[in-house]
Amino acid sequence: MSNDVLVLAERVGKQITDSTYELLGKARELADAWGGRAEVALFGPSEGAEQLGGADAVICIDHPALSDYVPEAYETALLHVLTQRAPRLLLLSNATVGLDLGAALSVRWDAPLAAYAVDLAVDGDALVATTQILGGKILAEVELGGSRAIATVVGGSLPPMTPAGSAEVVTLAPPAELDSSRMSVLQVFEPSGGDVDITAADMLVSIGRGIGSQDNLELAEELAQALGAPVSASRPIIDAGWMPKTRQVGKSGLKVKPKAYLAFGISGAPEHLEGMRSAELIIACNTDAKAPIFDVAHYGTTVDLFDLMPALAEKVKG
Amino acid sequence: MSLAAVLAESVTRPVFQDIGWLGKTTFYVVSTLAILVFAWGWWRRAAKYRRGRPAGRAGVLRAGLFGRPFAGVRRREDRSSVAAVAANSSIIRRDRGTGIAHLLIFWGFLTAFMATVILTVDYDIVRHLSRLITGHEASFFHGPFFLVYTFVVDTMGVALLAGLVYMGVRRGLRRPGQLDYTRAEQPEGGYSRGRLVAGDWVFLGLLLGILVTAYLLTGLRVLSQDLPWFTVFSPFGRLVADGLAGLGMTPAAAASVHTVVWWVHAALALGFVAYIPFSKAMHILIDGVNLLAHDRSATRRLPAPAPQKAGYSEIGDFTWKELLDLDACTKCGRCHDVCPARTAGAPLSPRDLILDLRQWVDTSAGGITLLDRETRTDATGPLSPNGHSGIAGRVVSARTLWSCTTCMHCVEVCPVGIEHVPTIVQLRRRLVDEGTMDPTLQTALQNLATQGNSFGKSARMRARWTRELETPIKDARKEPVKYLWFVGDYASFDDRLKVNSQTLARILAQAGVDFGILYEDEWNAGNDVRRVGEEGLYEMLAEHNIEVMRNAQFEEIFTTDPHSLNTLRNEYPERGAAYKVWHYTELLAHLIESGAIPVRPLGYKVTYHDPCYLARYNGVVEAPRRILAALGCELVEMGRNRADTFCCGAGGGRIWMDDSFLTERPSENRIREAVQLDVDNFIVSCPKDVTMYGDAVKTTGHEDRLRVRDITLLVSEAMVGPVDPPGALVRATA
Amino acid sequence: MRIVVLMKAVPDLVEEIELTPEGNDIDREFLKFVLNEWDDQALEEALLVKEASGGEVVAVGLAGDADIDQSLYTAVAKGADSAVKVIGEATQTHERAALLAAYLRENPADLVLTGVQAPDDLDGQLAPMLAAHLGLPHVSVVVAVAVGEGAVVVRQEFAGGRSQEVSVKTPAVIGVQAARQTPRYAPISRIRQVMQSGALPEVAVAAEASGSGLRVRRMYEPEKTSHAHMLTGSADEVAEKIIELIRARGLVKG
Ligand SMILES: Cc1cc2nc3c(=O)[nH]c(=O)nc-3n(C[C@H](O)[C@H](O)[C@H](O)COP(=O)(O)OP(=O)(O)OC[C@H]3O[C@@H](n4cnc5c(N)ncnc54)[C@H](O)[C@@H]3O)c2cc1C
Ligand code: SF4
Ligand code: SF4
Repeated sequence: MSNDVLVLAERVGKQITDSTYELLGKARELADAWGGRAEVALFGPSEGAEQLGGADAVICIDHPALSDYVPEAYETALLHVLTQRAPRLLLLSNATVGLDLGAALSVRWDAPLAAYAVDLAVDGDALVATTQILGGKILAEVELGGSRAIATVVGGSLPPMTPAGSAEVVTLAPPAELDSSRMSVLQVFEPSGGDVDITAADMLVSIGRGIGSQDNLELAEELAQALGAPVSASRPIIDAGWMPKTRQVGKSGLKVKPKAYLAFGISGAPEHLEGMRSAELIIACNTDAKAPIFDVAHYGTTVDLFDLMPALAEKVKG
Repeated sequence: MSLAAVLAESVTRPVFQDIGWLGKTTFYVVSTLAILVFAWGWWRRAAKYRRGRPAGRAGVLRAGLFGRPFAGVRRREDRSSVAAVAANSSIIRRDRGTGIAHLLIFWGFLTAFMATVILTVDYDIVRHLSRLITGHEASFFHGPFFLVYTFVVDTMGVALLAGLVYMGVRRGLRRPGQLDYTRAEQPEGGYSRGRLVAGDWVFLGLLLGILVTAYLLTGLRVLSQDLPWFTVFSPFGRLVADGLAGLGMTPAAAASVHTVVWWVHAALALGFVAYIPFSKAMHILIDGVNLLAHDRSATRRLPAPAPQKAGYSEIGDFTWKELLDLDACTKCGRCHDVCPARTAGAPLSPRDLILDLRQWVDTSAGGITLLDRETRTDATGPLSPNGHSGIAGRVVSARTLWSCTTCMHCVEVCPVGIEHVPTIVQLRRRLVDEGTMDPTLQTALQNLATQGNSFGKSARMRARWTRELETPIKDARKEPVKYLWFVGDYASFDDRLKVNSQTLARILAQAGVDFGILYEDEWNAGNDVRRVGEEGLYEMLAEHNIEVMRNAQFEEIFTTDPHSLNTLRNEYPERGAAYKVWHYTELLAHLIESGAIPVRPLGYKVTYHDPCYLARYNGVVEAPRRILAALGCELVEMGRNRADTFCCGAGGGRIWMDDSFLTERPSENRIREAVQLDVDNFIVSCPKDVTMYGDAVKTTGHEDRLRVRDITLLVSEAMVGPVDPPGALVRATA
Repeated sequence: MRIVVLMKAVPDLVEEIELTPEGNDIDREFLKFVLNEWDDQALEEALLVKEASGGEVVAVGLAGDADIDQSLYTAVAKGADSAVKVIGEATQTHERAALLAAYLRENPADLVLTGVQAPDDLDGQLAPMLAAHLGLPHVSVVVAVAVGEGAVVVRQEFAGGRSQEVSVKTPAVIGVQAARQTPRYAPISRIRQVMQSGALPEVAVAAEASGSGLRVRRMYEPEKTSHAHMLTGSADEVAEKIIELIRARGLVKG
């Protein structure tokens, strides 16, 4: 049994994703605790390996079938790495790639899997994962027994690691199975224009009647742009025709579940709450300390939104 | 001539004056033809009605004809009667001028018609029969009978004329908005209702033409007979004769013109007879029947879906009454005028709905209206081909059907007893079956199916609002109570309304009322679910509630929600749960008046909004007003009050649907009406109203001028005696 | 084309979830169960595929799932050709995958659709696990399925609005994130009709035992704030704190 921790690197274009660094940070921590190595598997053209300093090794496999993310090819390649390197733990993102590969490898590599993990820790001999189930209503602490394990980690729950230095690059020969594929990518779509889908956003800057007038919308847009989040709104803003219906949160609008919902000048009427109460983090700004929005918000402030929004925008822009 | 001559029965008038045998023969042939066309037209219509399902209206018809002679004459009642039809009460009730004009036309026309019948009986039956039997031609059309006849016909003709002129002026010059036939829903390919307008004028014109030629005929005849004395019995005919004479017409000239006018009159009259079943004129025959078969409680207590069917999709699904409804509409526009959906800019107008369905049914059944139809360049809406893909969503668009708040105002004001709402619901049932609905409505229905409430909250949270009460509310499932309080979804789950429910509980407890609730076993009563058209879900909810109520011990029910009240009071009995059901305002009024709740005067200036389901559906209008009076509040009524109240827009499941496409929400329209009154409180007695109007005062910017308050809060404020300081009964919520 | 939709009953999240006295599992005894929302999406997509390209849709659930009948009847009311219960019980996805793999070995399907995840699949998602047992290709987080010659073309979604179209040889297993349209409504009267038309057939399968290898030490509710934690100070100070909060979630860089 090795004490290594393996992370599967994900790339958007040539850029290694944030979630990879989050996983790598944890891999480093656990590997250090076990006295093993933190390794990263990188498939396709090996560019990006240089961004992975901080890992002990980058395991590369290149093959035409791996030039795009093809679930089947990645699974084959990753299983190959797992059998070759025999790590103690495989860390995957709990997003598309992890959802494709984690559970399949749990069967094929015969290792227990902890899905929706928000944290992992070593407790004596055991590896303990904290996972978030039932829509975040329950946290479960699970012990991953045996000599190998897999965890898929929810993005944003771990601090990302800042890469430093450079890692050893190990290139493995592609396994033969990669030549026979039952799957192929036909087309890749980049996010397009049109109106944003507020239900798909990770963060929303949401405004209510407290914004006062249409002219003040600029404040919200500026902040939203700085944060890279779309603007959503309560119904009165949509009614007034200041924003399109596609931005309305609530009973007669859309239900959203972002990772963070920033509410400015929204009182928190039940019809509105219905649409956003399951956001993971709700921060509300309302000058009325008794506004019902504070009953569902995790954090609140009674600072005037006209002061807070510009201050935030400025700080984000740095 | 002397009285003796009269008594000698020599005064009469010739029936076919100067019409030779050829003329007579022609006349009889043409009359027969006209009557045949008339009969054929009605036979076609009757065949159409016979395609409809039984409507279960035999009892209603019987009662209307024989049972309650004066039902509906003075006051709107669920049912009508011959007397009410004869008195035109349903037309006069909401528009005196037009109603009286119609009454004049109604009786004027009936008199003219009867006059013709009498003449026919005398001339074509009595005369021939007597000749066959006795060998002599007998006639009763002379002497005193003739004089009375002449007088009545002559004066009633003027009544008819007056009515027609009034209507013509109204339609042509005054042009009230309700006679504007612009559609509420504008079809993409355009449309024209020019032929509808033409139909109206042809109808009016024909009647006028017949009448004018009739007077002209009398005048000419009188003149041609050299003005015999007894023609004073037709004073207006005589007037015409005098006029003609004044213009220099000689008796001989009159005699020759008479023949021409006679033919014109005959042609118009016979043409009209043939025209009736193919035009607006059919309402003459249909509407009396439709009123007698009308049952307003069919809206309150919706009919079941057609057997083996989920809603209407073809002509055979309609009941004969519903098919008759379609033909009965006179396009008076009253429903169009009051409809909150139409007012709000929704594509629904109850008038258009009826007209579209009429035209489609007519066309599908063979196309038998001549003028009175809409024209379009494409085969959409009422011109849709008769196919299997149904009516809902095609003849009447889904959006239109979903716009109805089931406020019942159309049924209330329709002078001819049309029942729009049941038809709308039957068509919605079809939409529900096809799954054509707003996503928000779908979510609400799914929530109702899994948790028994539309909020998507756990059923177990239903009684959570009671937790903060010092004295727990009795559990009617476990101990006997006098009143079962059916709280309803909004009053139970909406955080803003918690206070109202808690306050009511506190008031009742202080007044010593023995009441309990069903806790998590109360499910949505289903009133709006049923009106949405989700009959299966309604059944499920009702069955559950009835089962629970059977196992609970109570004597009577009161509800917070007027919608629940409606179904509990009117629809649950059919399912075997017949209880006395009160609204909480009725209970409060009783408690205040009996002294159980001592109150002090508040002196507010308020207005009161009647909820549709309380006032219009169930006639509860006085209890809340009695409370307000007892509380010493000055009540300033809005123009639209009591049975004529304006809908808040939430009913019929609309509260679960998107309303962003409306140009002005009905609730905002209502608030604008109320702010005109210069009152400071807008009092409501329905939980949904608190949310709807609370929202509307904000969106219209009248938040600081008008407070929207449930009547419960006023009562609580006015309570005297051992009043606990506010909050004392509310446990600290640390 | 035989399309199998796998359906699972999961705790209704509007309910308050209670834990067993041991504190290492949720208390299922009084819990209300509803269809996994992603399975509902899978069913909708299956029905859309059937409408577009024909085929037979079979809804399959585990007999041991609480209240699963309701969901299966609903599936038929919506347009599935039949519904089947596989005899067996599973609280872990590993057990579920083994049972359903056994069923699918005996009753092969051209296309298996199921929800991309379920709120309680602590030990992993069903679609990939099942595919691994059956040796079939699989794709997760799919938002559209179209049938081609011996293959299906699916659209797979990634974070940030990126997506790709993948051609997959059938038979295949697809984890559906969302159907192309909101799952349709099944009128209660139609569901009741389906219910009256007979009980759901049950099939016994021979599955090898399999466990997840996980041991739950404890479960607990995350700390709840019934009222927001108030941030005080000047606008600048509050802004600073807010940025910290969102940065901690990896939502802003730098
Ligand atoms: C059937 C129905 C359906 C509905 N559906 C929806 C829906 O889908 N979505 C929805 O949002 N609403 C919906 N509503 C409307 C809902 O009831 C509320 O009216 C609405 O959400 C209120 O919006 P708001 O919070 O922006 O406005 P308000 O309630 O007016 O709140 C404005 C808030 O801004 C605060 N504020 C003012 N100035 C400042 C400042 N300078 N700095 C900070 N705070 C400030 C105030 O204290 C106040 O709390 C619906 C209503 C009904 C009846
Ligand atoms: S019930 Fe009300 S909303 Fe519906 S058509 Fe009649 S008047 Fe309009
Ligand atoms: S339905 Fe009744 S109220 Fe409406 S236009 Fe026709 S006759 Fe008038």
